[in-house]
Amino acid sequence: MEIKVLGPGCAKCKKTEKLVREVINETGVDAVVEKVNDMMQIASYGVFGTPSVIVDGEVKCTGKVPKKADIKNWLLK
Amino acid sequence: MESKINHQLHNGGKINKILFFNLLMGSIGVYLWWTIYHILPDLSKWLTYNLLPVKVGSHLGSSVEFFFYDTPKVMMLLFLVVFGVGVIRSFFTPEKTRAFLSGKSEFVGNIFAALLGIITPFCSCSAVPLFIGFVTAGVPLGVTFSFLIGAPMVNEIALGLLYGLLGWKVAAIYMGTGLFIAIFAGWVIGRLKLENHVEEWVTQANAANLTMEEEKLTWNDRLVYGWDAVKEIIGRVWIYVIIGIAVGAGIHGFVPEGVMASIMGKDSWWSVPLSIVIGVPMYSNAAGIIPVVEALLGKGAALGSVLAFMMSVIALSLPEMVILRKVLKPKLIVVFVGVVASGILFVGYLFNMIL
Repeated sequence: MEIKVLGPGCAKCKKTEKLVREVINETGVDAVVEKVNDMMQIASYGVFGTPSVIVDGEVKCTGKVPKKADIKNWLLK
Repeated sequence: MESKINHQLHNGGKINKILFFNLLMGSIGVYLWWTIYHILPDLSKWLTYNLLPVKVGSHLGSSVEFFFYDTPKVMMLLFLVVFGVGVIRSFFTPEKTRAFLSGKSEFVGNIFAALLGIITPFCSCSAVPLFIGFVTAGVPLGVTFSFLIGAPMVNEIALGLLYGLLGWKVAAIYMGTGLFIAIFAGWVIGRLKLENHVEEWVTQANAANLTMEEEKLTWNDRLVYGWDAVKEIIGRVWIYVIIGIAVGAGIHGFVPEGVMASIMGKDSWWSVPLSIVIGVPMYSNAAGIIPVVEALLGKGAALGSVLAFMMSVIALSLPEMVILRKVLKPKLIVVFVGVVASGILFVGYLFNMIL
């Protein structure tokens, strides 16, 4: 599973990345997390709110820090 | 489908109970809020002069009393305004705002963009993706700028603080003139036809066609959304508010009356432009700057100059220009700064003249 956290590096983006990593550790899901900081790359996903979370190419959430329960849902599905 | 409806019916009673409980707690909260708010002046006097070794009428006493009164008062007002705006914001998303704006004509679009800037949830660090998303979806460049100028300048934090510290008149003047500048500056930038001064890669970015299923929110979810906004925003700004009020309290108690009249007074023509120039490199948010501004007003600074200073600090910041440089060519940044500064200049002179 491939997870991308999009965000230029504000506090919310860092928190999102941290939460995603926590959920992966807790659930033991086999996933790679990548933090995308580059504006051009972020824009290429079509999102315009950061932080955004993308799981296997699918945009799961934009413009807010997701809840832990939601992240769990995306990963275990 | 059928089972989903059954499921919702089944949960209906439970959700109503939660909503009822929240409303009950809310009413108790509002009552407590109201009571505390009204005993604050006496409480701050009592705290200052009975618990601390300061004398009535001394410089220190007047500073400390100011601090003990203004800090809880501003925090309480912020709490209320941020919660209210948070609940309103749960009805809006940047996606909906974009869809609404992409079909609008220029002038009307500018007005709506500036207004929607207040209530669309959006963090200043996503200004660049938002800019790209708007422009590639066919929102006119000028309308996009109205949004980007309005959103940071006219916001719930500024509103709560101005109302708490300076009264509803100044809060209304700030709201009105802030919206005016966002509409005017966006409209001028649109008229100047500067579309070719946006970096090329922006128009090639494929940001136009993202479809995400929309979440269905209950009223309970919206209350939670407002509460989350309170935790998030107050958690972020409280330290600036306290530092701002402490600086303001220092000015309040120790700076002689009328000393600001010579620097930021209404009689010297250069006080407005000077206030703007001082404001640009200062990177603070509304939370930190408004308590200082209140103290300056008390020492003889003119409202026009003070408005100009405040707007320049909030709307024209160097870090923001550096971020925007990624999507705008230098000429467009210069135009952006120039037009916004002219708007602020106009507002500053206007209020120094009529008040």
